[in-house]
Amino acid sequence: MSAQPGIRGRAWFQALTGSNRPLEGDPGSLLTADAKLGGETARFLCVVPNPEARFPCARKGEVGLEEAYGLAHRIREAIALETSEQRRPIVAIVDVKSQAYGRREETAAIFLAAAAAAAAYAAARMRGHPIITLIVGQAISGGFLTHGYQASRLLAFDDQDVVIHAMHKEAAARITLRSVEEIVRLGHEIIPMSYDVKDYARLGLLHKLLHVENPDDPSAATVAQVQKELIGAVADARAGARDLGTRRSSKGARQMRRAGLLARAQIEHEWNEP
Amino acid sequence: MSNSNVTPAFVLRRSFIELEARARAWSLLDAGTGRELAGPYERIESPWLPAQGVAPQSDDGCVVLKGTIAAQPVVVVALEGKFQAGSMGEVSGAKMTAALDLAARDSANGTKTSAVLLLETGGVRLQEANLGLAAIAEVIASVLVLRQHAPVISVIAGTVGCFGGMGLVAGISSYVLMTREARLGLNGAEVIEQESGIEEIDSSDRALIWAINGGEQRVGMDVADELVDDDAQTIAASVRRYVEAGLPHVHRSDQVDHYRKRIAELDVSKQFDPRMVRESWNKAREQGGAT
Repeated sequence: MSAQPGIRGRAWFQALTGSNRPLEGDPGSLLTADAKLGGETARFLCVVPNPEARFPCARKGEVGLEEAYGLAHRIREAIALETSEQRRPIVAIVDVKSQAYGRREETAAIFLAAAAAAAAYAAARMRGHPIITLIVGQAISGGFLTHGYQASRLLAFDDQDVVIHAMHKEAAARITLRSVEEIVRLGHEIIPMSYDVKDYARLGLLHKLLHVENPDDPSAATVAQVQKELIGAVADARAGARDLGTRRSSKGARQMRRAGLLARAQIEHEWNEP
Repeated sequence: MSNSNVTPAFVLRRSFIELEARARAWSLLDAGTGRELAGPYERIESPWLPAQGVAPQSDDGCVVLKGTIAAQPVVVVALEGKFQAGSMGEVSGAKMTAALDLAARDSANGTKTSAVLLLETGGVRLQEANLGLAAIAEVIASVLVLRQHAPVISVIAGTVGCFGGMGLVAGISSYVLMTREARLGLNGAEVIEQESGIEEIDSSDRALIWAINGGEQRVGMDVADELVDDDAQTIAASVRRYVEAGLPHVHRSDQVDHYRKRIAELDVSKQFDPRMVRESWNKAREQGGAT
């Protein structure tokens, strides 16, 4: 297990953008940069740990109030920047532990902050910005809903430190009164509960699982490989619809999301009946 | 002989909170309209619960009705708080997403179709973990498509409240109606206590929790639209007004700069007094901050 979420996120942000600093006016936990991707400029976004953060419950890589509104602001800025038909891709680099679990956050309506970020990502997608999410580490719960899950295409590293889940293992164990080992074992039996990214990939939600060498400290060749995959995902997103339909139409989804697809088909079938 | 002029109103009213999801949904529609889609007789159930020793439900805790409100086409989607705390699974999520997508399709084709969501939910159903989280992401995407054409009206009545990822769904809704008994948030107090300790929040302190998450507070601080009494007729009348009103001038979740400023103004050196937050955010709204 990668002990600290966000370290890998920062490493990849730097590798892909050459930048490692927040923009003026942003919290230290939010990295934004416009950088070349293939022949065009893309906007890269990443949430990283900031031990100095204003909010005490958002110092370890959680997505809190400032991060969520900051993301929403930077995404809406990217929408407003665009003058050409070819709208710039937005790449969300994801390595987030969770949303921020604090009383201050709840009191100040973090649900709305998270909603504002998700709405901004979706607004950009619906206007034709290809949104590509690159999961390099953790992508957990409300943190992931806020930062990355509205993407046109999801990419994840095939690596044991990549965890995509509704709840981190320790919390799931506490809440269900099981041990962490039991939680992990149960995940192998019930695929949607698995903590293994290979199992996640079977659900049909990912565009691609990327096999990369040494993701903690990527070589130039590995960075070039990932850039190529991002460019491919951008092209694929531009060629497709601006919704999340590929998460239902993929081969994996047709296998693993049969019950949901059946419910959807039933509602479609009955919708126009007298 | 009638004694209605001496009977207190709370005796005569029909509690909305006490109704199950299906009855809640029906109580909102124009009389004589509506039918249920993918109803319980279709038996489209969660395939994941039985393997974990949990009995599935034949509607997966999600009721979809198509009908009219104020003679306008609507779809009402109600989550059943009594089944797995209204949690979102693969099937319940797919039902909600499909209903929203079809309402959006009809709206785009000229038949404006609003959605009313009765959110009584703790968020992701843990037994379906990643499919629940994915389903919520899709519900969010579909609400955002529909609200370009027709309002999405969320009602949080209680007693479960609306938490987790479904808090985001309330956040992006065109309008949010709450009762005093209802709560709205991202993280429930139990989860905050577990993750950040009892010194952060004491989840047994009900007064504090309602002061933070309760309907009166959320409406008072301008993150929800209307406080409604727990009365089926009153709630139906309020929903009708929002269906008739159509889209808001601007959606709350698009007012990024306005709320970002509110966050920047907060004194984070101590816990926030919910009343102070309410007063200052309300004042900001009155000063024309809704831009």
